[in-house]
Amino acid sequence: MSGLSFHDVSKRFGQATVVDRFTLNVAEGEFVALVGPSGCGKTTSLRMLAGLEEASAGRVMVGARDVTDLPARERNLAMVFQSYALYPHLTAAENIGFALSLQGLGKATIKDRVQRAADRLGIGHLLGRRPKELSGGQRQRVAVARCIVREPAAFLFDEPLSNLDAKLRGTARIEIARLQKSLGITTLYVTHDQVEAMTMADRVVLMEAGRIRQIGTPMDLYHHPVDLFAATFLGSPAMNLLPGEVRHADGEIRFLSAGLDLRLAGTVRCAPGQVTLGLRPEALERLPPGPNRIAISGIVEHVEHLGAETLVQFAVQGAPGTVMTARVPGGWAVRAREPVALSAAQTALHLFDATGAAVPLHFTGPAQASADRLVPA
Amino acid sequence: MARAPLRTDRLIGSVISHFFLMLGAGFILLPFVWMLLTSIRPASEVFTAGFNPIPSSFAAGTNYSEALTKSPLLQYMWNGVLVCAGILAVQLLVAIPGGYALAKLSFRAQPVVFGLVLFGLTVPVQVTALPIYIALANLNLLNTYFAIMLPFFLSVFGIFLFRQFFKSFPQEIIHAARLDGFTEAEIILRIITPSAVPAIAAFAVFSITSHWNDLYWPLIVTTSADHATPPLGMMIFRDQETGSNYGALMAGAAIITAPLILVFLFAQRQFVRGITMTGVK
Repeated sequence: MSGLSFHDVSKRFGQATVVDRFTLNVAEGEFVALVGPSGCGKTTSLRMLAGLEEASAGRVMVGARDVTDLPARERNLAMVFQSYALYPHLTAAENIGFALSLQGLGKATIKDRVQRAADRLGIGHLLGRRPKELSGGQRQRVAVARCIVREPAAFLFDEPLSNLDAKLRGTARIEIARLQKSLGITTLYVTHDQVEAMTMADRVVLMEAGRIRQIGTPMDLYHHPVDLFAATFLGSPAMNLLPGEVRHADGEIRFLSAGLDLRLAGTVRCAPGQVTLGLRPEALERLPPGPNRIAISGIVEHVEHLGAETLVQFAVQGAPGTVMTARVPGGWAVRAREPVALSAAQTALHLFDATGAAVPLHFTGPAQASADRLVPA
Repeated sequence: MARAPLRTDRLIGSVISHFFLMLGAGFILLPFVWMLLTSIRPASEVFTAGFNPIPSSFAAGTNYSEALTKSPLLQYMWNGVLVCAGILAVQLLVAIPGGYALAKLSFRAQPVVFGLVLFGLTVPVQVTALPIYIALANLNLLNTYFAIMLPFFLSVFGIFLFRQFFKSFPQEIIHAARLDGFTEAEIILRIITPSAVPAIAAFAVFSITSHWNDLYWPLIVTTSADHATPPLGMMIFRDQETGSNYGALMAGAAIITAPLILVFLFAQRQFVRGITMTGVK
């Protein structure tokens, strides 16, 4: 087992740059997720590490070994593919053990290791079957078993769960994350699903258009997105955005948007200019506006009851055409076409400047009392 | 009741289409039926006027034993087996890796090479016959099995067929194999070839049929009965018998056709799969 690293790796197809100076270090035993919309270069980056795609520039390393010019078979990496890529003419056991037989291990050793890997994934009883006799979830497990049996330097996953149904995906997510932790093996995991990235990874690498937009822990990315792209890509439902302007007047800082005029309480240091205000759906609470809270009200347009929580879409008062989503406790009685008055803590605000970059917010006032949340509406 | 007219329509359509299919089948099968009928007829009845499919007296025993004893028919067939097997083996050895390279590897000359393969498909065997004949003659290789097989070792059709077949093979499986530690040769041998059984069966039927039946090339490079393939043998047989004993001749033809029918029946299912999967024909 060893770490992985990319140094200024680029990939060009003719004129198009698919991956642009990609640099990343994955520590030994770490689980890093590459996430981004389709076409962002995440899979290409992974494939360059695996040796399935040649890097146009830069170096890729497995541990201390520079593998840039080595063929895939000499890189000692194992990969789970989106389609699982099982050998169709071989049984599950042969699929799992094929790499070992190439290494020249004895039959008994192979059988033993295959059985252990299969048992670990709960497919010990399916070893005699061929891929077409297995369900999607079982194939996926065979593909994972084929990886772990080799005890490679690192695991690579390329959207391994996207062909599973929603329920299975939930369990598989947990299983892979637990397996990775118990084996302690370095893992690079490509997905377009932000939930997978957030729930499984130690660190998330957010990519867009061939470039890294942000690297950090899932909570880092969620709470401190560096730009509008990061803010809207992570989180479901997406962050509410309100374009507007920051003005300084009479010693106060105000956020203006259409007919909306929010006082930023004088505790936020922010230069005047065009901005976008961002608010996570769960930041909108039914609490009275206080000194460190901004008030937002509107008319409920649509209510989605999810049981434990309720998603409320409402037209923001004073900003015609702007609809926000609030995530509120499921016990709330809320109906369409009724007015709703909400507020959000200033600490939950995100501001982005005209280029989309996050504006650092400095709070000079007293810290938000956490007890605020307990005040009944 | 409302569905009755539809059913009648369908029935009529089915009857008509089957009629035409049977007409086509009859047209193709008639020569073979005639061959079989002639092979069991006494010599006196071969040229009698009229269309009487059932011979008045059966001469199957005489005709077939004559075909087997008066000419080295089994030797010809053994020659055919050797030649066809040799050709097919080398063709597969070349065409499978060639098709794989053209379908799955990316290299700069690939479009050019593939273009040349397509070009090769358009060159008839007669064009290269003379230079190959001269070369074989200079090397003193005429009248050998090798001479009969040589021009067919490289089958551009085979390369093309396998390339089409491998095109649809999932790239991810090849990638998985590379990461599993396979070399390209091992991928071809242990992953690609087992998956290509239908294509191999289809190609084998094409190859065996055309080389078993080939008269043109063996006629050019062999003069001896020792190396003659079945059609050439039939020709030698006809000359020996001065063309009079058509019963025995047809018995010989029936005997040398039988293995082909067996090959096709054996490979039929795979053959059809191979044809449909490669999009050839």
